[in-house]
Formats: sequence, C-alpha cells, structure tokens
Amino acid sequence: MASGIRDKVAVLGMGCSKFGERWNDNAEDLMVESFSEALADAGIETDQIGAAWFSTAIEEQHVGKSGIPLAMALRLPLIPVTRVENYCASGSEAFRGAVYAVASGACDIALALGVEKLKDTGYGGLPQRSRGALNDMFWPNMSAPGSFAQLAIAYQAKHGVSREDLKRAMAHISVKSHANGAKNPKAHLRKPIDEDRVMNAPMIAEPLGLFDCCGVSDGSACAIVTTPEIARALGKKDPITVKAVQLAVSNGTETQHNSWDGSYFMTTRTASTRAYEEAGITNPRETISLTEVHDCFSVTELVTMEDLHLSPEGGAITDVMDGFFDADGTLPCQIDGGLKCFGHPIGASGLRMLYEVYLQMQGRAGERQRSDNPVFGLTHNLGGFPHQNVCSVVIVGQHGA
Amino acid sequence: MSVGIHAFGGYVPRLRLQREVIAATNAWFNPGLKALGQGERSIANWDEDAVTMAVEAARDALGGTGRDRGSEDDAIQGVYLASTSMPFEDRQNAGIVAEALHLGHRLRTLDITGSQRAGTSALVTALQSVGGGGGPILVVGAEKRRTKAASPLELTSGDGAAALVVAQGDGAARVLGHATETVDFVDHYRGQNEAFDYVWEARWVRDEGYLKIVPTAVVRALEAAGVAPGSVSHFCFPSAARRVAGMLAKRLGIPDASVRDNLQGTCGEAGAAHPLLMLVHALEQASPGDTVLVVGFGQGCDALVVEAGAHLAAARPRLGVAGHLTRRREDTNYQRYLAINDLVTIERGLRAEVDRQTGLTTLYRNKGMLLGFIGGRCRSCDTPQYPKSNVCANPDCHAVESQDDYPFADRTATLNTHTADRLTYSPDPPAYHGMVQFDEGGRAMMDLADIDADAELAVGQPMRMVFRVKDYDTQRGFRRYFWKATPVEGEA
Repeated sequence: MASGIRDKVAVLGMGCSKFGERWNDNAEDLMVESFSEALADAGIETDQIGAAWFSTAIEEQHVGKSGIPLAMALRLPLIPVTRVENYCASGSEAFRGAVYAVASGACDIALALGVEKLKDTGYGGLPQRSRGALNDMFWPNMSAPGSFAQLAIAYQAKHGVSREDLKRAMAHISVKSHANGAKNPKAHLRKPIDEDRVMNAPMIAEPLGLFDCCGVSDGSACAIVTTPEIARALGKKDPITVKAVQLAVSNGTETQHNSWDGSYFMTTRTASTRAYEEAGITNPRETISLTEVHDCFSVTELVTMEDLHLSPEGGAITDVMDGFFDADGTLPCQIDGGLKCFGHPIGASGLRMLYEVYLQMQGRAGERQRSDNPVFGLTHNLGGFPHQNVCSVVIVGQHGA
Repeated sequence: MSVGIHAFGGYVPRLRLQREVIAATNAWFNPGLKALGQGERSIANWDEDAVTMAVEAARDALGGTGRDRGSEDDAIQGVYLASTSMPFEDRQNAGIVAEALHLGHRLRTLDITGSQRAGTSALVTALQSVGGGGGPILVVGAEKRRTKAASPLELTSGDGAAALVVAQGDGAARVLGHATETVDFVDHYRGQNEAFDYVWEARWVRDEGYLKIVPTAVVRALEAAGVAPGSVSHFCFPSAARRVAGMLAKRLGIPDASVRDNLQGTCGEAGAAHPLLMLVHALEQASPGDTVLVVGFGQGCDALVVEAGAHLAAARPRLGVAGHLTRRREDTNYQRYLAINDLVTIERGLRAEVDRQTGLTTLYRNKGMLLGFIGGRCRSCDTPQYPKSNVCANPDCHAVESQDDYPFADRTATLNTHTADRLTYSPDPPAYHGMVQFDEGGRAMMDLADIDADAELAVGQPMRMVFRVKDYDTQRGFRRYFWKATPVEGEA
C-alpha cells in the first residue's frame, strides 16, 4: 500500500520573477531571475542540485524543446534535466517530478523550474496553435475562453442560476483578485477594478467578458526541494513540507460519454479527494488555510471551489458573495492576485502559486500576509478544457502538521 | 425497360441576400444594376461549397445517408456530381460526396463540369447508363458561382443544389424522352486559372442562343417522348433572362401557364444545378400524370421530358426545394457576403495565420470518421461513441476491441452547452461551438453552423448534423470537411 508523499519532502527555497510583458527579456533571463532568488533562499550552490525538472508548454514560442535550455541558462553541472509539458498543470508537474526524485532517494536536492514567454506572438491572448494533426480535423477551433464559457452555461443550466447572478459572482471573483494583485509587486496587473467595470466589459465568449479572463504574461518561478532532514541541516528550522501531490487526467469520459453534464471538473473532484487523503485532511473547508487555484477564468475559480470540496455543490456563488474567499475571509483564494493579475505563463503558473503559499507559511508575504499563521496551503492547476483536462492539486504545510 | 426518377431533393442555403442592397451599394458605379435590384438571392455560408450543398441535397432526396438505403438491389451504384464551381480541380468531388453520404465503395463516380449544361448532361448520362442495364445513380447538381462585385451575375445568381436518383422502373416520374444539341455558342466563358466569368451581350445570347438553339432540342425531345407541346404541364427553363421562357413557349406551342417560376425572385439562378433545382421543384408540386419539360442551356442544349407517376407523393423529399425556400433568413449585410467570398481584402488578424495543413495519410486513415461521421457502438454495453476507438469510453465498461461502426450524421441531438467565441479565429465571427449530445447516446464537442447573431441558443435545444467546410488551407488550396450541428428548423 502506497504511503504517499506526506512530510517526505521539504521546500528548501523558492523564487519567482516579476510577471508581465517582459518585452526586453528572453525566457533565459526570466529563468535566471527566479532561480537566483531560489538559490539564495535555499542557501545552496548550483552544484548541489542533483536533478532538475523544467516545465514549459509552448516551447516553440521561446526556448525550443528538451531540458537543454534550462541546463544552459543555469549552467547546471551535467545533471539529469527533464522537460515536462502537461497543459496548464506543467509547473506543478515539474514540481511533482522533483518531489518524487527526492522522496525516492534518487537525489538529495532537486529543482523544478517553469518558464513561459507568451508575449512574442504579436497578438493578445494565448498563442493559437495546432492541437494535433487529427484533432485539428474535428475539434472546433476553440479558444480557451470559448471552452470555459461553456462551463458557465452548463453550470447555469444545472443549478438554475440566472445569468445575472452568475455574472455578479464571477465579477466579485475578479474584483477580489485585482484588489489582491494590487498589493503584489510581482503581479502583472496591479490596478483595482470594480464590479460595474467587470459587468460592462466587452464580451469575449458568452458569458465571459474581458475581466472574467486572466491576463497573459511572461514569467518564471521555481522551487528547490530536499528532505526535511537535509533542510534542517541547512538551517531551516521549521521547513515547509509537501503534504500531497496529485494529478488527475481526463480519460475521455467527459468528452465522449453522456454521464458528465458539463457543469463541473471531474478531474478536480478526483484529484482533490486523493490529495486530502494523502495529506490526512478530512475536512478541507475547516483545515485548509488558503488556496491558489487555477483562475484562468472567473467561472473556473467559482466551480473549482466546489470541486475542491471547499464549497458545497451549487453553493459557491453564496460563498463567493459572502466574501468567504476574499483576502480577509475565512479561506482566502488567490491572495497574491491569481492568474487574473499574474497572467498565465503556462509552465511557470503552478510554481508561482506555490511560491505565494510558501511565503505565507513563513510570514514573508508583506502587505498580503495573513495574520492567522497559515498551516495548510493548497495549489490547483487545470489545463486543457473543461471536457478534457489535466488537474493538479498540491498541498504543502507546516512540517508535522 | 422504363427508367424513372425514384427520389429527388433540393438544398437552398438559408441566407437570402437582398438584391436592393447590392444594387444600392454599387449604384455609384453602375446605376443600371437597379433594374436587377429586386427580390433576394440565396448565398452559401462561409463553410458551404458545391460539395457540401450536394451532400445536403442528396440527404434531402435519400432521407438520410447510406445506412437508410434499402436492400443491395436498390443501393446507389453511382454518383454523378455536376457543377462549374467544384472545390477541387484534381481530386474527385463526387468521391467526397459519396464518402460523406456513406454510400460504400462499390460505386462509379463522376464529376461532370465545363458548362452550365452540366446538370442536365449528368442526368442524361445517368439515364443512359441505367437504361443500358445499370444500377441506380444519384445525380447531384450543385453550384456556388464566383461572381465579380457589381456584376449583373452577382445579382442574378443564387447558390443551391438538387439531387435525383435515377433507376430502372417508373419510380416517381418516368422519363419519356430526351434530346441534346451541341453548339459551341459562347455566351460566356471562364478560362483556366481565371476566377470570374467573361460575359457577352445579353441581347445576342437571347436572340441567337436561347431562341434558336433551345427550340431545336425541345422539338426533338418532345418527339422522342411522344408528347405534344400543348400537353406540357411544367416547363422548366432555368435562365435568369426575363421573358425568354415565355417567348420560347409561344414559339414552341407550349402552354404559357406551364412556364414555371425560374426562382429568380427567391433564390437566383444556381448555374448548372438550376435546371435540376427547377425540375425537383416541379416534381414537388406536380400531380400524377403531369408532363415536365426541363432544359439545360450551355454550348448547346439538353431537353428532357418526364411524366409524374402515381407514386410521386411517396417520393417527397424531406424539405425539398419548396421547403428550403421557405426556410430563409433575410440578409442585408452585403459587406459580409463580399468578405466570406474573398471579394474584398479584409484584415483577418494574426490568429488567422495558423497553418492548416492536412496530412493526407491522416485524412485517409480516418476518412470514415471525418467525412462519414462514423463513430462506434460497443457490443458489450451498447454505448454509441465518437470517435470509434479500441477501448470503450463508457466508464463502467472500457471493453476492448468491442466497437462496430455507428454513423452519427442522421441522428438527432441536443445542445449540452455552448458559447459564442469572439477570441478564436473564424471567417465569420463569433465562432459558435458546443457539446452536442446525441439522443441515442454519444456526444461530441462540435462547431455549430448557421447560427444567427440574434439567436438564443439554449441547453437542451434540438440539433441536426450538416456537412460543412471545417477549415480552408489558403496556403495550399486545400479545404477540409467535417460535420457541424445546426438548430433543427423552427427551433432556433
């Protein structure tokens, strides 16, 4: 019987570049920026890293294939470097690789680094690209907002929610994230907005307007992980440890079988249930201190609150409107500003989320710091489409908690 | 042995561009166009061409795709496609139609083109093949003529298709006789690699063409049929030229009352398809015993005489030409028409630049899935699914190698969810797409076709499948086809 990852691996150091339109920087510059911070935070030298996982999704827009771009940018000492891509969960997938490497005993210290340069396409939004030779012949030419808008339509139908009520809850989510992002010097978008502006924004994909969509930006984030014992030996008195790392990948049920109604994420429900079990958490709504979830679109965050079992099914709108997930609420979500304000450099996002949780655990989040000493932090990524996707759930927390 | 028309159907695209808008927009250049500025013309949507319209007309006639055709004996054995606007110059267009209709591979297929007479010539060729002992042939005429902005042809043309099944036996309408004249009379032409027609003076075409060449063929056809001109009940003369049909009737002794509406006011002239469209329309409205005369003109003339039989009513198409003419939406957006037909250079944005190369190996391997919309049904759990795969998609089954072919094209479905996507590239934004759930099981995330900007799509709305262009590969002159979902008429 597998015992899971709980408390076997500690986060030794983390780094995060400034996210935004980094017109004058290459991906390599962003990688070095996040890595330098993490290296200093960890208090180690590059040569102490035994293996690395490198996440980037749309590599043809910047570094190209393989692990070589990471090894070259950081001058890694000819160690194994694995490049991973798993849609928007790529960053968390890199983290999973590094964590598993340490847990297995294959190496003492491992690196997970994600980067993406999205702003070299010449247009706004994510790069438009092939989905695979055969898929291109029968999939609709959907944009990301186009597919997630369908989640909103199905959620409305399933729960009998009016368009107006859903739009207002989605607006609350975006307004909250912008208020949080305004306090974060590393965020891309740092202007507070109000509900009217969100509600009246141009339509991107019915019912998602411009402010229901996250930004698009360049950025990099990374984590250096080791065992709790080595972390202590390196001077980390109270290391933050990994409690759970789960991934659930659609197998075609949602796309091909009528048992799925389109209103929720089957993968998130599964991955979160497994993660809580791995972390030994029985009542997540009470136990989790804060979350960073994949708010690619406001509606994604709303539905995800239910699928992470933090809100009852059909109850997320009430929780959102009650301020339950606000920065000063019971269970803050996107206290750093989220994808909404950081944008979504795909390979980096999962690690960027973990970076905020890590800072909050250590009381290092500055203006954004929660006063209630967070114990468990959860990060969530959702890559692909509501009808076929990759979901990651990572839980980290105080060692021994 | 008698030969007859055993099934017939038509297709006219929904959108009807109002001619007064075309005339008014171009009046600064040619005020004379106002004389043609009445009524409306049908226009194919951005994702329709002669092939897709041919498929829809054939489905209208056949009552579905191949799976619905009865025994082996009356299965379609040939498909003749007539058009002067075929999407491919070298790749058989009739073959695409046959694949989409799921008619099997033991077929003789032909593209018949090169003249506005191609539609009637295809019908004559099919009649002769069947008369010589051949099996049933599906004859389809389809046309989407490319015309210059501000040209008279732009105003008088319409897009559309018609399909007839010709087989041994009287069927719905027995063929009594036909005749053909071939004369290199060039009223217009389109040279190799030319996009548009070059047209000579209309008065000359009328006096030396219609009024001299047509009568010769008609007289011979009526003689062959043993029908007196005075007994013609329906005279189908497809030209948009005004009053010519009446002048011909008078000269030939055909009753003036038999001259049929050339559909100029409601559809426009659908080129090589138009004689067949008018014939189908006549058969829809004919009574048993009526005699129908149809003429195709172009470098000569084909004339055919058919007699409506007792079984006419049983062969009624799903919607027919009349039904499609009723199923219309007025369109006053001439600029959009120009844009989707590449008649103006518009800024499509950088997202339009994505390479849409089609791997021909990939396409061939998956042609049933893509062109025929064939999925699978699991023998273990009976779950229909798309695409067909080696492991059943039902989460409670997952049986291996358990699926038989299962066609989806003629099955009804409902919308599970949907959106109007303004970010992604579409030649006609927004791009509508949604999860389409089939009533008998199976689902697919699909493009939605013919959605009006003011349409209120709803979860649970009934949808039917239509064969459309999926993408244009402008770099290579290729286009790929797939099925899309469209609201069932009267539901949106």
